[in-house]
Amino acid sequence: MTVAAPATALAPDPDRIFAALADGTRRDIVWRAMTGEEGVVELAAHYPMSFAAVQKHVAVLERAGLVTKERIGRRKVVRSNVEAIRAAQRMLDRYEQLWRERITRMEQLLEEMKETERWP
Amino acid sequence: MAVTAIRKDLDARTLGIDAEFEATPERVWQLWADPRQLERWWGPPMWPATFTTHSLTPGGEMNYHMTGPDGEKAHGWWEIVSVEPPNRISFRDGFGNPDGTRNTKLPVTEAEVVIKAIGGGKTRMSVTSVYSTREALEEVLAMGMEEGLTAAVGQIDGILAEVPA
Repeated sequence: MTVAAPATALAPDPDRIFAALADGTRRDIVWRAMTGEEGVVELAAHYPMSFAAVQKHVAVLERAGLVTKERIGRRKVVRSNVEAIRAAQRMLDRYEQLWRERITRMEQLLEEMKETERWP
Repeated sequence: MAVTAIRKDLDARTLGIDAEFEATPERVWQLWADPRQLERWWGPPMWPATFTTHSLTPGGEMNYHMTGPDGEKAHGWWEIVSVEPPNRISFRDGFGNPDGTRNTKLPVTEAEVVIKAIGGGKTRMSVTSVYSTREALEEVLAMGMEEGLTAAVGQIDGILAEVPA
């Protein structure tokens, strides 16, 4: 059963996200919309289907919170959203790990050089 | 463990990390100011760093490469914004092209290092990294996206496999 949700309901809903991503065209749209350069018209040109069909796919992604429409000047572009936030979180986690490892090496180096009496 | 605090702010694209060392600020400063010491900690053990330029002055440049297990090289650069020995450095940190020139397409991180004595012969070092622009962050996101999407798709495959036909 599919219940249409208002476009404002953007809280991540795993069921809706999985349903939205279960379709190959929609996965491809999320991928292309990472750069946020194309509107629905430009996106539609990539697929062998009608503009209306692509518009429907974008609407499904929009309801899942995976993409948003954003105004740039006179144009409206489609930009990936929720997955980007997760990727950002993963990136900060990676940077945290990187710095933790660096600080461990700094500590080791300080200890090691203390032993060689280069520094008091 | 030397790390005492982690601050993450996704909206402000900021990561902060505090560490305490049993050493003076002057000694901790040398970890940054002496290129031979900097090389010992900047890159991971399997990718040791070599600094070919090290100019720790305002407007100064640092150029380095990290050498991988198969001899491949990953280049990077810093541009020093301000320096106050032995307490503060701020710099821009970016990726390099294979020929060692700056890669202007990949994101630049702004980093600030604050080194302070906290008594008892100890020193606190705080490193705060800010991803310069939203566009820069998105470049990094786009690179991590494939992995995330593959994982999501893998989960969908798993879910579909469990649904009786």
